Amino acid sequence: MLDIKNLHIWYGGIHAVKGLNMVIDRGDIVTLIGANGAGKSSTIRAIAGLVRGYKGGISYTNPGGKTVDLNGLKPEDMVRMGIALSPEGRRILPQLTVRENLLLGAYIRSDKEGIEEDIEHVYSLFPRLKERYAQKGGTLSGGEQQMLAVGRSLMSRPDLMMLDEPSLGLAPILVGEVFEIIREINRQGKTILLVEQNAFAALKIANRAYVLEVGSVAIEGTGRELLQNAAVKEAYLGG
Amino acid sequence: MSLNMFIQHFINALGLGSLYGLIAIGYTMVYGILRLINFAHGDIFMLGAYFVYFATIHFKLPWGVGVVLAIAGATLCGLLVDRIAYRPLRSAPRISALISAIGVSFFLENLATVVFTGMPRAVVQPPWLMHPIPVRGIRLIPLGLMVPVISFLLVAGLLWIVYRTKPGLGMRAISFDIETTRLMGVSVDKIIALTFALGSALAALAGIMWALRYPRVEPFMGVFPGVKAFIAAVFGGVGSIPGAMIGGLALGFVEIMSIAFFPTLSGYKDAFAFVLLIVILLVRPTGLMGEKLEEKI
Repeated sequence: MLDIKNLHIWYGGIHAVKGLNMVIDRGDIVTLIGANGAGKSSTIRAIAGLVRGYKGGISYTNPGGKTVDLNGLKPEDMVRMGIALSPEGRRILPQLTVRENLLLGAYIRSDKEGIEEDIEHVYSLFPRLKERYAQKGGTLSGGEQQMLAVGRSLMSRPDLMMLDEPSLGLAPILVGEVFEIIREINRQGKTILLVEQNAFAALKIANRAYVLEVGSVAIEGTGRELLQNAAVKEAYLGG
Repeated sequence: MSLNMFIQHFINALGLGSLYGLIAIGYTMVYGILRLINFAHGDIFMLGAYFVYFATIHFKLPWGVGVVLAIAGATLCGLLVDRIAYRPLRSAPRISALISAIGVSFFLENLATVVFTGMPRAVVQPPWLMHPIPVRGIRLIPLGLMVPVISFLLVAGLLWIVYRTKPGLGMRAISFDIETTRLMGVSVDKIIALTFALGSALAALAGIMWALRYPRVEPFMGVFPGVKAFIAAVFGGVGSIPGAMIGGLALGFVEIMSIAFFPTLSGYKDAFAFVLLIVILLVRPTGLMGEKLEEKI
């Protein structure tokens, strides 16, 4: 569904992504792992339309079989096409209520009943959010904010859901919970692109994984293969 | 002071204050979203007044038509200011947009002087607006009552848009985090344009009512009301719509009442606003309704 060919991204004078190639198949959980500065976030942000003036091709094939070149499109165009990004650091809107944050996620839609159904669906995935629906986003705990961020990106009914560091700053028990829900969302039919520092948790649920090093793909394979890979074990899984 | 006199002053203050409030709302909305003080806002107010003058007095259109045309014209000017002077600077440092705002303000004032000439022009008020209605010995002028009533209705409508509609949700979201809001599929430029349009329409209406109250228009008529409305916005807490209205009313009351009770101070009329500004900045820099910035956890 998504095909990245020879992607190059520059930030000022820094060549952050150098000739990255990557494929995402519909229905998969694909993970991008790698150290800080390896180009993971740059790649995911380019797909979401937040990076201007990159080189190379990112093409997306929608469920109807139509292929679109994403270069030059705006973030709002991506959301309308079915590509949603939940950004790093959760980025909940602190002054809006939980419910308003979810409604914002559904901004591109106008089917009121469908939106209410999806809000209920998010509440069923995260019962804590239902309890706190009228509370301001800024008053939630870190774990609850992450749940809200994941729920919010479901609200646009995306075809491809991208999550940037969903485990960041969460207690280990919550990491497990969040990943279990990502897996559940995938089972319900969403394709997921997961950018993670927590390589072990990500590889365990990924169908396909890419290890980035200094701006290009160093190793790729299934999640299981990479969990067994000596170089990956050495560098990312603590030996 | 007799009760009757006091009531006259009270209504007068309510009218002046709600006009400051209407202008202040435009400042506060744009600041809330872009962190930009739109110095050209007072000049949109002036354009609204001129447009209604030309429509009704020059072209002899009925007042209703003139008001609608003036609001449409001033709103269009507000949108053009955003498109030409601010939008190209969206990712530039804030100071660039601020300088651009000052430039636009000077430009509009001087353009108006060239096009409309610097001569003040008298606005002929429709007689039914000025015909006093005696109520228990108080002479109520319809215009004096209409101004606060229209203003409060407009504020209520605006609050409804901001808190109850989807574009309003987009506006509130943009004011906290533009990038995340874009990631939710909100067309940020459209929402910002809508904000300028709403603010400009309110400023134009304030300009029209101002031109009726002090029946004349001139190219620099927006400068002082603009500065005072900005003070009102700061007083009420920049970013808060009810705050802007409360700030405007407070300012209107301070100005009118201090002169009513101490007529000798009338020469200092314009200074009261600045005294109020200094006091609020010393005592409560975030303004009356200003929200404390919540730290992200």
